[in-house]
Amino acid sequence: MSTNTDTNKYTILFAIAMVVIVGSLLAFTASSLKPNIQENERMEKQQNILYVMGINENGPTDIKFIGTDKVAGEFSKYISKQLTINVDGSSKENTEAYLIDVKKEQAKAKNGGTRELPLFVGEKEGQTFYIIPIRGKGLWDAIWGYVALDEDMVVQGAFFDHAAETPGLGANIKQRYFMDDFVGEKLLSDSGDFKGITVAKGNNDPKNLTKDDYEVDALAGATITGDGVSAMIKSDLKLYLPYFKNLKNQLN
Amino acid sequence: MGLLSKKDAKLITDPLADNNPITIQVLGICSALAITAELKASLVMGIAVLFVLGIGNVVISLMRNIIPSKIRIIVQLIVVASLVIIVDQVLKAYAYELSKTLSVFVGLIITNCIIMGRFEAFALGNGPWKAFLDGIGNAFGYAVILLIVGFFRELLGSGTLFGIPVLGDPIEKTGLYSTGYENNGFMLMPPMALIIVGLIIWVQRSRNTTLIED
Repeated sequence: MSTNTDTNKYTILFAIAMVVIVGSLLAFTASSLKPNIQENERMEKQQNILYVMGINENGPTDIKFIGTDKVAGEFSKYISKQLTINVDGSSKENTEAYLIDVKKEQAKAKNGGTRELPLFVGEKEGQTFYIIPIRGKGLWDAIWGYVALDEDMVVQGAFFDHAAETPGLGANIKQRYFMDDFVGEKLLSDSGDFKGITVAKGNNDPKNLTKDDYEVDALAGATITGDGVSAMIKSDLKLYLPYFKNLKNQLN
Repeated sequence: MGLLSKKDAKLITDPLADNNPITIQVLGICSALAITAELKASLVMGIAVLFVLGIGNVVISLMRNIIPSKIRIIVQLIVVASLVIIVDQVLKAYAYELSKTLSVFVGLIITNCIIMGRFEAFALGNGPWKAFLDGIGNAFGYAVILLIVGFFRELLGSGTLFGIPVLGDPIEKTGLYSTGYENNGFMLMPPMALIIVGLIIWVQRSRNTTLIED
């Protein structure tokens, strides 16, 4: 090679060229794939929402969403109403509530703004589900999920997902044996106060037979992720309490 | 003989045992500890590293004569990071389910010292074909150890292999558990991976005493 690659001038020029080439390559990839990625994320949200109300193709232990080809149709068939809830419990219809970014809303609330709370009302075989997205922090990164409740705030279905929890440990919040434990758990005390559900170590109920202890069995080696799940259930679902109180009054 | 000369074949077979990236070169330990609690994660990580190291080694090898030595580490980092990001984006667009499984590993691949180690030690000084073989060989060597560690940790820690229960049901007390056997929760903790890797190194060195340094 005739060029001396050790001079400062060459090094700087090389660095600049590298940044420009790699930068444009990444920008090009990201922007050309963006519509596809957004479409996938949109369908995933619909799949998740349908999943917690029991519209899925699950086997005995695995998780299988309904296919992407029919998810849009099923979504409009089963989800009868999409609402945004205000802090006082009043609600208004919003046909694109499922596109509300919970992360952005949480940031808004942190900066003193008012948070838009999405809620989806699903109807299946005469039963009504109130489906709520939640979001929180695990050990490494974000965790989030969807919880389906009945009008007494008893859990009918739960789905959790995570960005980067440790495989085999915290990532197991996405396993059926963990998620299914939440079904039947109550969020409210008998007097109607919000208690939440705690992911508890040593609750002496590994099969989760007791449904009114406000606890589910924790995962081995995933204490912080489990605490994150408890925290997001408490902080996010609590905000919907006024809505459910209003709902109860209307129904009675 | 066929496709590979003896020297080239050695590039692939050496890292499998006598020059294994984990047990001999002691690279990539962090990811070996982090993700071997289950066999499936070990396998996925092995395949991902195979892909990135194979291609990355070739790219660095092609660039080896024009990379200024003062900033070569940063250049290597940029190459591996952009490779991983591009793959991640393409998967997100066209194989969304798969990308969900892999997303956890993206950060771990970029920071895997085997990749930087092979770029630095081999690809910078050898042609693309050799570099490719070296990359594949080391990735296999890495995957083999990951699978061995993952096998023992998942079997002893959770009583499952690839998520399938093989020892019976620990809660219903069937199979082996009816005899009073219990899963060893310690096996799920990262330090146990270190101990298993240590045992592998011990076995390997006692079988091949030339590997022992004094």
